[in-house]
Amino acid sequence: MGAAVDTVEPTAAVRRPWIRRFVAKMPWTTRFCASWLIVIVTATVFADLIPGLADPNYQGFLFGDGATNEGPGLSHFLGTDNNSRDILARIVYGARVSLTVALAAVFMGVVFGGFFGSLVGFVRGKTDSTVMAVVDVILAFPGLVLLLTVVTLLGRRDLVVIAAVIGFLSIPPYTRVARANALSISRREFVTAARAIGTKKRTILFREVIPNVLPTLLAYAMVNAAVIILLEGALAFLGLSVEPPTSSWGTMVNAARVDLQINVWPAVWPSLALVFTVYSLNNVGDWLRRLRSVRSAAL
Amino acid sequence: MATLLAVSFLTFLLVNLLPGDAINALIPIEAQQDQEYVAQVRAEWGLDDPMLVRYGKWLGDAVRGDLGDSIVTSRAVSGEIAHRIPVTGELMIVTVVFSVLMAVPLGVVSAYREGSRIDQFISGSAQFALSVPGFVAGLLFIYVFAMKLGWFPATGWTRISNSISGNLMTVTLPALSLSVIEVAVYARVVRSDLVATLKEDYILSAKSKGLKDGFILFRHALRPSSLTLITVVGLNIGLLLGGTVVVEFLFALPGLGKRLLDAIFQRDFMMVQGITVFVAMVYVVVNTLVDVVYLVVDPRIRKAD
Repeated sequence: MGAAVDTVEPTAAVRRPWIRRFVAKMPWTTRFCASWLIVIVTATVFADLIPGLADPNYQGFLFGDGATNEGPGLSHFLGTDNNSRDILARIVYGARVSLTVALAAVFMGVVFGGFFGSLVGFVRGKTDSTVMAVVDVILAFPGLVLLLTVVTLLGRRDLVVIAAVIGFLSIPPYTRVARANALSISRREFVTAARAIGTKKRTILFREVIPNVLPTLLAYAMVNAAVIILLEGALAFLGLSVEPPTSSWGTMVNAARVDLQINVWPAVWPSLALVFTVYSLNNVGDWLRRLRSVRSAAL
Repeated sequence: MATLLAVSFLTFLLVNLLPGDAINALIPIEAQQDQEYVAQVRAEWGLDDPMLVRYGKWLGDAVRGDLGDSIVTSRAVSGEIAHRIPVTGELMIVTVVFSVLMAVPLGVVSAYREGSRIDQFISGSAQFALSVPGFVAGLLFIYVFAMKLGWFPATGWTRISNSISGNLMTVTLPALSLSVIEVAVYARVVRSDLVATLKEDYILSAKSKGLKDGFILFRHALRPSSLTLITVVGLNIGLLLGGTVVVEFLFALPGLGKRLLDAIFQRDFMMVQGITVFVAMVYVVVNTLVDVVYLVVDPRIRKAD
């Protein structure tokens, strides 16, 4: 009898927790990328609790403790910048800026862009043309000008302001994606069926259209987050993102530019962090999309 | 057209909301003691008129090609734009031409050998290149080609009228930095399009006729696939314009993007306004042009309408 029980072995794969089955499907590059994303998010969220992580704004050389432009070493794993601040700590705290901005953009894009897009794609008509005209104007409008105006009006350039403006600017592209999807979904049989049995329009929108738009929107969000992180990096590089001394990857690269001849490390590390984070988001996003297209093709 | 109007009005509104009176840029603080003089200058620049009146005046001049005068340098905004256009224009043209020349062969090889090692390598590299922002690529190029090897100048710009070789030297690194992402985008577009085209029946019939693979690829397959490329190149112009701001800043090029940044920092609202509307106009015109080109190149679309 015992032997018979043992032969149930093949079904063990099915019994494995879903997360491990999920991971098992990933190619090794995607596994690596996903791990990097998890590491960077965890490190950023719990930055204040990591033992031994230096204060990102502590300028050691002012207190006769450490030098400026140190190379990578034991006291500072990635070295110090031209103000003798610990680069590792600045990268970890700098990730906060990138990730918060990306999160804000995705959140506002999915919630507002997703809602407006689904709505106008479903009801069409005048509402549709009005909303899309507004979307076109915002898309043709240089975001840089809006950002600078709001920043100057408020007189401060902290994380909340930057995240809010970039979040607002990412509503239009999501609206477009959601509308395109809602348009095709509204023509599907189940929507016609719902109409035929006299379901209220609002119910159709929230029960039929939006749930079907959402997966596409989330796949887009992953890739969009990468774009937003690049955008924040470029803004920071131009000196237009969060104000110093708050560290941001782009700001770090810009500051290191001056001393490139003496010490390249302060430019190398934040650049690598930026490139790998963006690459990881793209890679995992692409993989999720492929997985989804395989699934919907199988239906 | 309506888009342009809305963009210009929004810019006007936003720029006018900026704190800091324009009078401070016009007259030095010490001279502002003289109330009469201040009032005179205000009237001269029309600063006391309601905003809508000022917008109307500005718009009336703008349609005649007069975008007003810079508050800081008091030179004509349209003149400044015309002076800076060659730099940004050249940078963009070189970038697009170089990127397309690089991307088409890469995309063709990748699609022709779909799934092979070389395809995996090209597609993988493209995905990586997409993650490298212009300023990181630019800094790397400056470090390697300017600082270590000394082949190119790290910053600055030589006008083409002064020296053609000098001009080429100064445009190479900035254009390369912008190209990294562009090449990746275009190569991916060409590949995915070509992969689909190569599965069409008429490709099979061309093959059965015994035509050479190279001939089929470039004559039969690439032509329909180039349509998507044209669209993507057109749509990417807007993104590229944003990219030039960063690259012009990094390489200290006297282009439009650099001028916009300077104007923003100097509170030169006439300049910001003028450049913004100009850029929006370029964007709208390019998009319209892409639609037209599409119509001309693909007879199927004409018939469908």
